[in-house]
Amino acid sequence: MSTDTDIRGAVHTNVRHDSGHGHVTGKARYIDDMPVLPGTVEIVLVTSPHAHAAIKSIDVAAALAADGVRGVLTADDIPGHNDIGPIFEGEPVLAAGVADYAGAPIVAVAADSFDQAFAAAGQVEIEYEVLPAVLEIEDALEQELYTYPPQIMTYGDPDSALDGAARRIKGELRCGGQDHFYLESNIALAVPRDDGDLDVHSSTQHPSEVQHGVAHVLGMPTNAITVEVRRMGGGFGGKESQPTIIAAIAGLVANHTGLPAKLRLRRDDDMIVTGKRHDFLFRYDVGFDDDGRISGVDILMGMRSGNVADLSPGVLARALCHADNCYYLPNARLSGYPCKTNTVSNTAFRGFGGPQGMIVIEAILEHIARENGQTLDHVRAVNYYGTEDRNVTPYEQTVKDNIIVPLVERLQSEVDFDGMSRAADEFNASHETLKKGVALMPVKFGISFNTPKLNQAGALVHVYADGSVHLNHGGTEMGQGLFTKVAQVVASVFQIDLDNIKISATRTDKVPNTSATAASSGSDLNGMAAFNAATAIKGRMAQVAADHFDTDVDAIEFRQNRVYAGNESLSFSELAEETYNQRVQLSEAGFYSTPGLHWNAKKLVGNPFYYFTYGAAIAEVLIDTLTGESRVLRADILQDCGSSLNPAIDIGQIEGAFVQGQGWLTSEELVWNDRGQLLTHGPSTYKIPGSRDVPPVFNVHLLEDAPNRVPTVFHSKAVGEPPLMLAISVWLAIRDAVSRIGDNRLVPKLDAPATPEAILAAVEDIQARSGA
Amino acid sequence: MAINFVLNGETRSEETVSPTRTVLEYLREDARLTGTKEGCAEGDCGACTVVMVRNGTDETVAVNSCLLTMGQLDGADLVTVEGLSEEDGTLEAVQQAVVDEDGTQCGFCTPGFVMALHALRRSDETVTEDVIHDALAGNLCRCTGYRSIVAAARAACAQPVGDDALDVSDITASEHVSVDDQLFLAPANLADLVASRVAHPDAPLLSGGTDLGLRFSKERESYPVVIFTQNVAELKQVAEDDAALTIGAAVTYTEVLARIEDLYPSFATLIHRIGSRQIRNVGTIGGNIGNASPIGDTPPCLIALDATLVLHGSKGGREIPLESYFLDYRKTDLAGYEVIASVRVPKLTDGQVFRSYKISKRYDQDISAVVGAFRLTIEDGVVTDARIAFGGMAAIPKRAAACEAALVGQTWSEEAARQAGAAVGEDFAPIDDHRASADYRLRVASNLFVRLYRDLDGASDVEVMAL
Repeated sequence: MSTDTDIRGAVHTNVRHDSGHGHVTGKARYIDDMPVLPGTVEIVLVTSPHAHAAIKSIDVAAALAADGVRGVLTADDIPGHNDIGPIFEGEPVLAAGVADYAGAPIVAVAADSFDQAFAAAGQVEIEYEVLPAVLEIEDALEQELYTYPPQIMTYGDPDSALDGAARRIKGELRCGGQDHFYLESNIALAVPRDDGDLDVHSSTQHPSEVQHGVAHVLGMPTNAITVEVRRMGGGFGGKESQPTIIAAIAGLVANHTGLPAKLRLRRDDDMIVTGKRHDFLFRYDVGFDDDGRISGVDILMGMRSGNVADLSPGVLARALCHADNCYYLPNARLSGYPCKTNTVSNTAFRGFGGPQGMIVIEAILEHIARENGQTLDHVRAVNYYGTEDRNVTPYEQTVKDNIIVPLVERLQSEVDFDGMSRAADEFNASHETLKKGVALMPVKFGISFNTPKLNQAGALVHVYADGSVHLNHGGTEMGQGLFTKVAQVVASVFQIDLDNIKISATRTDKVPNTSATAASSGSDLNGMAAFNAATAIKGRMAQVAADHFDTDVDAIEFRQNRVYAGNESLSFSELAEETYNQRVQLSEAGFYSTPGLHWNAKKLVGNPFYYFTYGAAIAEVLIDTLTGESRVLRADILQDCGSSLNPAIDIGQIEGAFVQGQGWLTSEELVWNDRGQLLTHGPSTYKIPGSRDVPPVFNVHLLEDAPNRVPTVFHSKAVGEPPLMLAISVWLAIRDAVSRIGDNRLVPKLDAPATPEAILAAVEDIQARSGA
Repeated sequence: MAINFVLNGETRSEETVSPTRTVLEYLREDARLTGTKEGCAEGDCGACTVVMVRNGTDETVAVNSCLLTMGQLDGADLVTVEGLSEEDGTLEAVQQAVVDEDGTQCGFCTPGFVMALHALRRSDETVTEDVIHDALAGNLCRCTGYRSIVAAARAACAQPVGDDALDVSDITASEHVSVDDQLFLAPANLADLVASRVAHPDAPLLSGGTDLGLRFSKERESYPVVIFTQNVAELKQVAEDDAALTIGAAVTYTEVLARIEDLYPSFATLIHRIGSRQIRNVGTIGGNIGNASPIGDTPPCLIALDATLVLHGSKGGREIPLESYFLDYRKTDLAGYEVIASVRVPKLTDGQVFRSYKISKRYDQDISAVVGAFRLTIEDGVVTDARIAFGGMAAIPKRAAACEAALVGQTWSEEAARQAGAAVGEDFAPIDDHRASADYRLRVASNLFVRLYRDLDGASDVEVMAL
């Protein structure tokens, strides 16, 4: 796979986002921007105010009689199956009989205008019998309430290792959930077609899932539903399974009324109705030696699954598969409990359990360091995976591409971590109110969906007779630059300028049976499928060229928008026309499946990841010991992207992921009241980072000369999720600042998110314990 | 009368659009200009940002179109993202810089950022990093991590504005707009405002609309009559004499910020953290007092500064201490026939110092967990007078009498400050909510006395943003 950068927009170059111009002019169209078809109805949902209640009766008469109302639908109106569970059955679109979280949709009201639907929704009368609700992870653990059976991963003999350990500590930790807060809330528009078929415009990372979900709910075959998405206004995992709920309701209304039907969740509804990142409760027990080397761990992960399973099995599997992070755990029991609570079902969110798995092992290593009086650096060093031995994960995959030690060394050669640490001590000694902390965070992240079957992708490439190229694939564009990257791949295969490639909306009738654009896999999978499609067409075109020049196909070379045979050449468009004239196919459906993956979901062992990606960050923070306010002063990041397809886009992904992770761990706090109602359901109460929260010194670099060792597309590596976990450096640095108050020997009592309130409590606790 | 305004250079006269329809909905649904986005409909995310030149001014300001009502547009010039680039497609400098710096990912927030930065670029401010963050505090991006957007801001603002200055129209506002059965009264003077108030005592007073606007955007409420105060000449006055600064009730935060910066710099720092520029460009101190929120940021500061309210009504005027205006949760001393005309803020005298501190989860554009405001008179090292007020600690903004009593007569020291802070529990019994627990509020309120001492003592590390 050699490349030639003499064309515009080749792989490994900084090509701008294909929609950049459309974004800044407002011309890039999102679903709510589409011209409204005559007769389109707007939908408003009536949701449960109760976390757990039996629905005794629903009276829709008044709503149905209200101005402009075209339909008031309940679960009873579903012609097919009231089920959109992506993994397990029994996850309803509209609550039937029982509402099991506050926010569960019960009734869909459709009217000619949003205001009419909004007004009519207020007239729906539902009689509830409030039932006892389980709202806390501890309560679900206590009562053994799970959305599916617990997953226990065991490696070696953890009990003997713990019993025989020279030193042993236990601890508990929590990390909060996180709302996706994509700027474009969930939306779907369903448009009736011939024979009762539906075209569905859905803001979704997973058009095929939406297609299946709508068809299933309506009792139709998959081929009756076509789903299209050109772009999303952000996804972050929140549009992996959740859009199916939205689209299914829009489809239900369109099917029922025969009218185009739009459901756009307003921000508060979006935050109340749809799932978020899972919050976790961890309890750990770890054995280690005087050098800090771990001999055995037993980690309990209580995950808030919510009212149903949704994607929780995948999230929990990934959490279990990342509780090792970069460290060899010779004996481990990692127990995952998907707690069933009367709160909204949590779902995919960038990292997909990885961040939760990593934060607990980092807390454990920090605990060991403080217990042993060693630096965290030292404890990491003695626990890092080896390259020749000590390189098998708790799920029995051998880590073959480990570069974490040289990567961390490379970062530390640029950033004087020890110097920063000493400077923090000096600062702290001379400042009464503010205290500094610093921390490093190494990350190893497994690339591929944990479930092997999902690791496949399709693409559709047409070369028209004028030489222009139409590109389609199963991946979706949510801002991450996937469309740009895949177009770069096709341009590089054909050796033509990027502007000859037409990027098109993802559609289920062009590429079927796709996987979600998720797990950071978008460019790996779809890039390779498009590569295969373009390569097949190129091969046929090369044969036409060989015939044309009366030479051997091996002598044909595609270069700089032309096709050469020695000194003779045709332009790419001339060859396209010649290929058409010769009645040779200029279109190809490409396919790709990741090789070598297997996973035993029962035993939790296998080879789930094609490769690992690595990164490290150093963060410096400041905390206020009087108020608990904090600020990130500096972050330095070195991230492994293999041979990056587009360094500018990858750096944007890293910066965005880091800041999003910083938000998860600091200012973003989801608060429910004691009735299970979410209180933080808008940006006025739920605080994602703003521009001032970004570290004023923010250095992001890609690891150079590090092509992926496995043959991914142009030896690039995935980038979407891994850098989010680099932000754990911020949380560790805050803990470091708190710990320095107690001379580094005490473990701060600080969960995530580290809000001002949480930090102040940790500061006061450590002051009390240390007598500082 | 119709609503007359200029949209992207084109004069419009809308006779059938409700005056309480939000400008965002008008743009997207009526004018079919869909570049302006709805991200939250509560004035927090900034995706709906547009640029407005209000009637009678030449100030180009960014505003949230989700909270702006059509009635407020009467007589104004409005520019949306569709109105920026040239006819031949050449991008405006901010647009080009955002493209060049890879400042877009999903792009949904982008038009709002572009408009916020367009307003900044057109202002005469010296653009520093702090100013860029101030200008972007009302815009949320979930994709980029902002670094690229801030770089674009720097690059675009470094370019001269040139001669593409807005051609401001000379449309004037009407004194009332009437559409169907809705009346939007926009009196031009105080007498007419009072008359409107007396005639329609149940009608809401709309000033900037940054709070009331939520009733339209999110609650979908409708009122038969709305009284708009922004065109009342007397309410737009700012006057300063030897003793006090008098701020008309309809003066926006932005309009009065420079005066406050001169007289009470710590108060100005706090005002920079109220909402965002989009909010402060329309929001008013009169509104912040008028809505009587327990978490409004200016009332505790103004109470500590011993401000008085000038009320006008059909029975004449009266002046009352601000602290006596707040009776109970969202209940005030304002009669149904009265309006707030102005707030009179005494200047600091010799020996007086003033500090205000805001504590929230996020530094910019967040609602306070606690605001503490302190005016101390220190003579020869002894505290001779103390006015201390807190927001977020009770159902109304309220003075801390026990804390004040603990301070007065004491030699000013960290220990004295600490002891005064220890008395907050006698003054307040705050509640737990999603912003903070009662316990945290008490601890922080108490600790702010220590911060106050260290701050006045000249410490360099007063708060995390100081470094």
